[in-house]
Amino acid sequence: MKTDPTCRYTQSHDWIRVKGDEGTIGITDYAQNELSDIVYVELPESEDSFEKGEVYATVESVKAAADCYLPVDGQVLAANETLEDSPELVNSDPYGEGWFVRIKITDPAMLDELMDVEAYKAFCEEGGH
Amino acid sequence: MSYVPNTAADREAMLAAIGVDSIEDLFQDVPKLHRHPEFSLPAPLSEMEMLAELRDLCEKNAGLDHSLCFLGAGAYNHFVPSVVDHVISRSEFYTAYTPYQPEISQGTLQTIFEYQSMICALTGMDVANASHYDGATALAEAIVMALNVSRQKKKKVVLSPNIHPEYRQVVRTYTQGMGLTIDGDENPANDAPALQGLIDKDTCCVVVQTPDFFGRLMTPAEMSALADAAHAVKALFVVVADPISLGLFKPPGEFGADVVLGEGQPLGNTLNFGGPYLGYFACRQAYVRKMSGRLVGETVDSRGQRGYVMTFVAREQHIRRDRATSNICTNQALNALAAGVYLATMGRRGLRQVAEMSYHKAHYAAQRIAKLPGFELADDAPFFKEFAVRCPIPVQTLDNKLMENWNIIGGLDLGRYDPNREGQMLLCVTEMNTKKEIDYLVKALEEIVKEWKKQEEGSND
Repeated sequence: MKTDPTCRYTQSHDWIRVKGDEGTIGITDYAQNELSDIVYVELPESEDSFEKGEVYATVESVKAAADCYLPVDGQVLAANETLEDSPELVNSDPYGEGWFVRIKITDPAMLDELMDVEAYKAFCEEGGH
Repeated sequence: MSYVPNTAADREAMLAAIGVDSIEDLFQDVPKLHRHPEFSLPAPLSEMEMLAELRDLCEKNAGLDHSLCFLGAGAYNHFVPSVVDHVISRSEFYTAYTPYQPEISQGTLQTIFEYQSMICALTGMDVANASHYDGATALAEAIVMALNVSRQKKKKVVLSPNIHPEYRQVVRTYTQGMGLTIDGDENPANDAPALQGLIDKDTCCVVVQTPDFFGRLMTPAEMSALADAAHAVKALFVVVADPISLGLFKPPGEFGADVVLGEGQPLGNTLNFGGPYLGYFACRQAYVRKMSGRLVGETVDSRGQRGYVMTFVAREQHIRRDRATSNICTNQALNALAAGVYLATMGRRGLRQVAEMSYHKAHYAAQRIAKLPGFELADDAPFFKEFAVRCPIPVQTLDNKLMENWNIIGGLDLGRYDPNREGQMLLCVTEMNTKKEIDYLVKALEEIVKEWKKQEEGSND
């Protein structure tokens, strides 16, 4: 299982990488591996606002469809349109080219509630549920 | 011969095993009031006697075998070639259920795929689903889809008042609790430009029917203008259409429709006393993941051979649970098969002929009826196979006399649906009505009115 030390994580296997008041968000290597081959990612539109824990995207794989939850409150600045034609990027590069959205973080304090990479690794080793 | 699967001795043995004396004892704990009531049924009949009784009951129906039919209004009397029944009666099709296992369901899957492909060709759309319960539910599903395409943000639906009134009721029942505002259909004066005026940024879809409930066709200019107005606010343009009419007229896809749907019964399904029918549903590729219902796709297997499989199932209820695109992930497979066999049998030219014959015969009938004293056409718009006629005497009286004295199933009393249409009858003519039948109808109408006037004058004296 790959992880990225520059990200923070949720128990629903979403990651966020923070830069200033912006965050880039995607699903983790663990999540893509559980889902298997991803065939479609439904992403929100720019300027859509979501609260922490709200469904902002849906991932469809050959065996399941899963909802993705925003790790913190935020407003969408951009969605990764490359995924429309190349959803497999989520499988091959979940922390890089397979990102889902960039958001403006409304409340940075919420970031403190998320796991760092060591905590996330431990969480996954315990079973990831 | 007894049809009860266990014998008296079996029952005795079972009762003895659980230690009660009779079936009555078995239910002692249920208060008597709540036990199954006694039936007051007549004495049992032999199979022969029962068939005779059922035959007698059947003969009370005004069936198409013994009467002429000029009734339409959503269910249509078109010819069904006998090959349709031969194919759908094959036990492989007749008894098969959901083709979840493609490895044992290639035949069923292929028929659904072919049905879908022909519906696409007919409507000018990119994808069609495997069918819905009927035209009305297909419309309700299209509206739910439009709501989902707007990500549940746009809650207004603009409906034409000329859509079948029962479809409009089903839409309201079906979308209860979704917070939708349904606008436009309760004012019969709302024509295409008026509907255009109702479209705003909260509108998720605009729905029209052509030919409409009254048989009238929308013009290409009206359709295109509504489509443009809908698209300008990112709303979907939904068209309800009689599939037979699509054999003759340009498909709604050419006028900007995003979804085309309707009642599929006219395609190879007999009237069946009102059902089961099928709703056909087709839309543009862009909405395939938001569409309702089941979808079958063509693919290749591990050996590179052509095969068929249910696809995009992740939208469906058995996988997606409460976030599915629809409650419906089933289809009317046998009815859709009948529609598919019908379309394949008729072909493009055959279907066009059916539509042309219906069109010309309906226009002949309209022309003749309009010349009768006291009768006139209610609308001057172009029409397909149905038209509303203003009648000089109450429609109910006219229909009763047609049935009683002339053995004709007359048209629909439009006053039942719209007070503005009081005294109007909606007549339908298809390729099944011969010229002789139409002339007979015209004569019947003339005679009934003459008789009625005579009686009125008599009672006035």
